[in-house]
Amino acid sequence: MKGVRLKDITKMFGNMHGVKDLNIDIQPGEFFTFLGPSGCGKTTTLRMIAGFYYPTEGKIFFDERDVTTLQPNKRDIGMVFQNYALFPHMTVNENIAFGLEVRKFTKAEIKQKVDKVRGLVRLGQYGERKINELSGGQQQRVALARALVIEPDILLLDEPLSNLDAKLREETRIEIKRLQAELGVTTVYVTHDQTEAMAMSDRIMVMEDGYIQQIGTPQQIYNRPMNRFVSTFIGESNMIEMKIKSVDREQVIVENGHGISLKGQLANSSPLAPMRVGETVHVSIRPEVIHQGEGENVLTGTITFVEFTGLSVNYIVDIPGITLKVMIINTGGELLAIGDSIQLNIPSPSLYFLGE
Amino acid sequence: MKKRTIQPRQDSRWARLTRSPSFIYVLISPLFLILFAYVIYPFYQTFLQSFGSETGLANYKRFFSLESTANLEALWTSVYISVISVITCAIVGVTMAFLLERYDFPGRRILSVLVLVPMALPPLVGVLSFTFLYGESGIIPRGLQHLFNLQQAPFSLKGVWGVIVVHTFTMYTYFYLTASAAIKGLDPSLEEAATNLGASRIRIWRKIILPMLTPSIVAAALLVFMISMASYTAPLIFGVERTMTMQIYLSRTNGNLDMAATQSTILSFVSITFLITMRWYQNRRNYQNLSKGIGVHRSEVKSKVMRMVSIILSVIGVIILLLPILTLILISFSVDGTWTIQVLPPQYTFDHYIALFTDERTWRPIWNSLQMGFVATVGNILFGVAAAYAMVRLNFKGKTLLDILIMVPWALPGTVVAVNLIAAFSEENIFAFNQVLIGTFWILPLAYFIRHLPLVFRSTSASLMQMDQSIEEASRSLGASWWMTFRRIVLPLTMTGILAGTLLAFVQSIGEFVASILIYSTSTMPLSVAIFQKMYAFKFGTACAYGVLQIILILIVLTISEKLSKGSAGSAI
Repeated sequence: MKGVRLKDITKMFGNMHGVKDLNIDIQPGEFFTFLGPSGCGKTTTLRMIAGFYYPTEGKIFFDERDVTTLQPNKRDIGMVFQNYALFPHMTVNENIAFGLEVRKFTKAEIKQKVDKVRGLVRLGQYGERKINELSGGQQQRVALARALVIEPDILLLDEPLSNLDAKLREETRIEIKRLQAELGVTTVYVTHDQTEAMAMSDRIMVMEDGYIQQIGTPQQIYNRPMNRFVSTFIGESNMIEMKIKSVDREQVIVENGHGISLKGQLANSSPLAPMRVGETVHVSIRPEVIHQGEGENVLTGTITFVEFTGLSVNYIVDIPGITLKVMIINTGGELLAIGDSIQLNIPSPSLYFLGE
Repeated sequence: MKKRTIQPRQDSRWARLTRSPSFIYVLISPLFLILFAYVIYPFYQTFLQSFGSETGLANYKRFFSLESTANLEALWTSVYISVISVITCAIVGVTMAFLLERYDFPGRRILSVLVLVPMALPPLVGVLSFTFLYGESGIIPRGLQHLFNLQQAPFSLKGVWGVIVVHTFTMYTYFYLTASAAIKGLDPSLEEAATNLGASRIRIWRKIILPMLTPSIVAAALLVFMISMASYTAPLIFGVERTMTMQIYLSRTNGNLDMAATQSTILSFVSITFLITMRWYQNRRNYQNLSKGIGVHRSEVKSKVMRMVSIILSVIGVIILLLPILTLILISFSVDGTWTIQVLPPQYTFDHYIALFTDERTWRPIWNSLQMGFVATVGNILFGVAAAYAMVRLNFKGKTLLDILIMVPWALPGTVVAVNLIAAFSEENIFAFNQVLIGTFWILPLAYFIRHLPLVFRSTSASLMQMDQSIEEASRSLGASWWMTFRRIVLPLTMTGILAGTLLAFVQSIGEFVASILIYSTSTMPLSVAIFQKMYAFKFGTACAYGVLQIILILIVLTISEKLSKGSAGSAI
């Protein structure tokens, strides 16, 4: 297993920057995800690791070796493409064997390896099938098998689940994670789907407009986002602009212009937030941390929208100066209706303070 | 089991060179060199020659002078014939497209197959069968004369109108193909929406259907105009001397090479202008109306009277479409020299077909054409595949130039291509490896190569465009070199496209007449020139047997191409 290190990477396309000043250090055996909206530069970065683009500036290392301008066929990388890029004129076996033939394995070795990996991705009896006789999910597993059979140092996955339907996507997600854990291969995964990223990754890099927004574990990214972009891109969040009224070692009290004040903890703030009295900060409150009834930070408001999803009841609640999205876990009780008054509380550790 | 990794070689000087961004220009330079040597340079030589040895613009003055108006008349006749041809082809082609795509009537199926028959007729053979059928001593005029005991034939095809009729028959398919594709692409819900909004049938036609067909009709019109301007065979056979192509031919045979060059340059100018207009028009065309998936509904012809009328018209249509080929087959069995004033040839024999393959003198032109076509087509494959790959997959400055340079020889009339080659290769030069090419075996393959330059190129680029680039990247990331990727992945996946273009180029080379007649040498006389000569020696049977052979070849190729394009569904993942 090899680690991947990107040092001061910038990629220009004409006058536009694809990505700018990336510094990433991916550990051997790690499952590392590039997450971001389309056009954020995540695929560009992946393609530089694969060798399909050369960076305009900066260097790429696999362990200690500089591979910045090494040709893609010399990199020993397994890659799964978004559209799978299977060879349509070959059978499943021929597709999987292609990389082994390049590496000059004997016929017997090839057969043994192909059979083994086909079992691994549960395509046992499909070896002689043509690619266009397979379903989307099966094609996806062939692509995975083809990338894994060469026992690559690094596995690159470019939105591999985006062409599957919802149920299959979840199954395949678990499958990929299982294989990765079993083989321990360093994996770089590109996706725009935050659920996928959260569920699979050891660490996530959130990107926007070619820049890194944050690198961290799924928990860090979700619970301690660095800025407003990360906070709203990952999960849902109520973002409220408030002024700091008082700060001490532990406690922060913020207020808005309508007489509402909330109590939070100083530890729950982004390093970029200006935590001084009089400063304006953005308070991020996830809909699921808001509860009904008495407790800390009690607020009373009027319901303007009700949505029942089975798992939860979602309300939109108007409070003077604030509109809150609220998610209450469904416990089988009565629903409130539009126009009803509701009492809410927010535990103080659930407030998170962000800067601009 | 041990793991095997690919050992990277040390960075050699070569490896660093190939990685430099300018290395791509080393790769594509052979393409530009070939185009320069065999397209631009001959063109330039003609251009130089058009000014004559010492007289400057004298030739151009003479061309446009009002004292001897032969050239101006020729230009006018060419334009006149072309404009009328566009109109008649448009009427026939678009009407056919509408009838066959929008209506269901008895005979529709057979008509929709036969409607493409004119495409299987090589130009020279087509014109010949028309003169046999409708010419002054043709079967139909004489038949009618005998039937009704007339003093003379009631009508016959000759002169300008003969040319126009032949043009209409052979070129309406361009309108038919583009129009029927456009009609298929018309979303029926647009019409339904218009009806729903209260529009009448006529209004829908005027405001919805015709405007949406305009782009394809204009494109076909430009194409037909260009081909008509370049038309040479029909004017030659119908004896219309005052057209541009005939004037070039006459100047050349009279030894007035400078004037031929001048006329060529002027005709090239017209053709290239049209090529550029066509490309410009196609680029600004929008394809938004091409929604797929929904079939066009055909209205059934219901009333009894209309059904009868449609049956009769279908029968007439089938006869008109099939007659030229049937005539050729019939005459190919006639004994040479026996058919004089009778309606139909009086004596029949199978000898011509036997002679084709047994008599050394009759077999010779076939063998010549096969050889020369083969050489030209190999050239077309090598150039076409390389150029298509460069065009679709590589990024370099000068793409548009490459594209236009490949299209230019196709837009140039065959006559002009021949004159250009004469101007360039009558003397030793570096591009001909210091040989004189005129008069050798190599000049005709070169002419075929140039004339059919875009065929393999276009069909290959079409298949390449269908093939997702990530398939190549997958192969590369699995460790395959560029060459292995090209051999194992790209070639197999684009093979159908390459083959389709190759077959077309080969068949066209076998039938090429226009350039051949100007530059062939007697030792390597091609098939088409042999047909022409047999015709003038009144050996109609042999000439037609040659023609039938060509048609069979074309039909085989069309069938294979059709199969290929259907079988390629698997590559479209």
